[in-house]
Amino acid sequence: MPEFLQHLANAVILGGTYALLGIGLTLIFGIMRVVNFTHGELYTFGAYMAFMLAGMFGLNFFASLALAATLGMALGALIEFALLRPLKGADIDTTMLVMIGAGIAMQAGEQLMWGGVAKSVPNPFPTEPVVLGPVSVGPIRLFVLAVAVVLLVVFYLLLNRTKLGIAMRATFQDPDTAALMGVNNGLMYTLTFAIGSGLAAVAGALLGPIFVVTPTMGDLVALKAFAIVILGGLGNIPGATIGGFVLALAEEFGAGYLSSGYRDAMGFLLIIAVLLVRPQGLFAAKERIG
Amino acid sequence: MTARLLPWLFVAFMAVLPLWMHDQYILYVLTSTGIFIIAAMSLNLLLGYTGQLSLGHVAFFGIGAYTSALLSLGFDLDLGGAEPFVLDPQPVWIAFLGGILMAAVFGWLIGRLAFRVRGAYFVIVTISFAQVMRMVALNWVDLTEGPMALNNIPPLTVWWPGEGFVPLYSKEHYYLLVLAVGVLSYVIIHRLVQSRVGRALIALRENESLARSVGINVTRYLVIATVVSAGMAGAAGGLYTHYIRIVDPDIFMFIYTVTMVIMVITGGKGTLAGPVVGGLLFGFLPEVLRDVARPEVQWIIYGAVMIVIIFFLPQGIVPAVGKLFSRKKKHPRHDARTPTAPRITEGASS
Repeated sequence: MPEFLQHLANAVILGGTYALLGIGLTLIFGIMRVVNFTHGELYTFGAYMAFMLAGMFGLNFFASLALAATLGMALGALIEFALLRPLKGADIDTTMLVMIGAGIAMQAGEQLMWGGVAKSVPNPFPTEPVVLGPVSVGPIRLFVLAVAVVLLVVFYLLLNRTKLGIAMRATFQDPDTAALMGVNNGLMYTLTFAIGSGLAAVAGALLGPIFVVTPTMGDLVALKAFAIVILGGLGNIPGATIGGFVLALAEEFGAGYLSSGYRDAMGFLLIIAVLLVRPQGLFAAKERIG
Repeated sequence: MTARLLPWLFVAFMAVLPLWMHDQYILYVLTSTGIFIIAAMSLNLLLGYTGQLSLGHVAFFGIGAYTSALLSLGFDLDLGGAEPFVLDPQPVWIAFLGGILMAAVFGWLIGRLAFRVRGAYFVIVTISFAQVMRMVALNWVDLTEGPMALNNIPPLTVWWPGEGFVPLYSKEHYYLLVLAVGVLSYVIIHRLVQSRVGRALIALRENESLARSVGINVTRYLVIATVVSAGMAGAAGGLYTHYIRIVDPDIFMFIYTVTMVIMVITGGKGTLAGPVVGGLLFGFLPEVLRDVARPEVQWIIYGAVMIVIIFFLPQGIVPAVGKLFSRKKKHPRHDARTPTAPRITEGASS
């Protein structure tokens, strides 16, 4: 039983960052229909920014976190503006291939700039774990979970309670009608991509002190983000949140009780299973596939 | 007339190349490029002729490589019974054919399962399949040796009168073998796309509901295409593994699929010559860049070239050159045999 609770605690903490990645991608995939292969690179970018600001320049960790998010948003906006906007109207395969090209170039850029040696972001918290009954958790992990939950709530409110959020959802449902109502579709696309990218960068920066930072760290993460999006259903924000936690639970318990070597395979097995049994995602009511 | 002779002139040129080209390094690059061209041709059958982007194609390549390597090395496997299952080393060509067969079987399986979904979903299922294969290769250490890799894989052989089967150790001979398999693959794809099957595939690429409405069994033809494509990719994998004589789980890396996709897109998807042209370009680009740029810079250039080509030559090099050629002749030719890919300008659903 204590072992079970420990796995559960680990899964919940991991699930928070997965949810951040998932909602970022589900927006981009859902609203813009872009199969975004730069998502993992933005995650890596965020982690490197945290390393550079906190580790090299000695900036406060929390300030570097905010800066990493902002820079991630800026980079996302740049990608949208330079690569996706000119391709408007192209089919999904074309934009996907452009994003693959961009992802390759970005990863090589990270390698060029910071080298292949793993870096680590200094941990601002005491390393002594917090013991809660049978479960012990590092303070940094609790902080990661707290930030993830706060961001999820803020994001949910943004989308449902603000004019901007309504405009974004309108663009998602029907871009033409939204445009007739005075919504600037182009701006919505840029903002959506920037926000999604910012969330990925924050996730990377948050995990920087827990894991190590390498140029290829985004590869698996990007694929996992797709798994989360598909689990939750395309463009479904609560779905992606739950999907993030489902994937974390599957990985944590799969690794704990089945085989730790197949930890990273769980996401892919889930994708295959979900798409074959319930291709519209676990939580989506209506979505035409293909 | 010239257009029909051109491929054979090219083959003849490539066949006599080792007579005067003795640079071992260039032969090595040509051989590995040739193996990737075969893989790219097999991908083109799916991507170019059926319009389905499979980003897990390297799985078939890797399955062919691993199966061929394991059969030629022999293995023993504890299946839970009293006696472990033991397989003695098989002749390399039997192993090679076994690799093709195994890849084709997986092609059938994936075709049956994955074509229930289309578009981005199909892409993600295929990526997931390749990733799961990589995990299996990493973790099933009893069979695959995991990250320690399978070593000392025997080279392919050739039958020579009076001497029997001789292992192919020389670069010239392996190069010629790859060329022969490449020509065979080209001919198979050429025959296939001109047949009834090929016309059905092109019909469903252009308009799937219309194809369905005229009675084309879409799933059946997609599965046929996937089986042929997977078997061919498996052959490429077998050639690769018996050439470099070592295989590890990195063979399933996403970047290899991307390389194949770039070759097809650059050369021109849905054209017979496209993967060859794109393959030669991207096979030699890293070698040309090697002296002037660091590997990271090479990859940046790789990514940038990919973006530039999709922006400015969305149909690829071969159709673009063909268009230039027919414009000079003042009357554009409509050759049913070399369908170009008009899908790129289709409006998106959003």
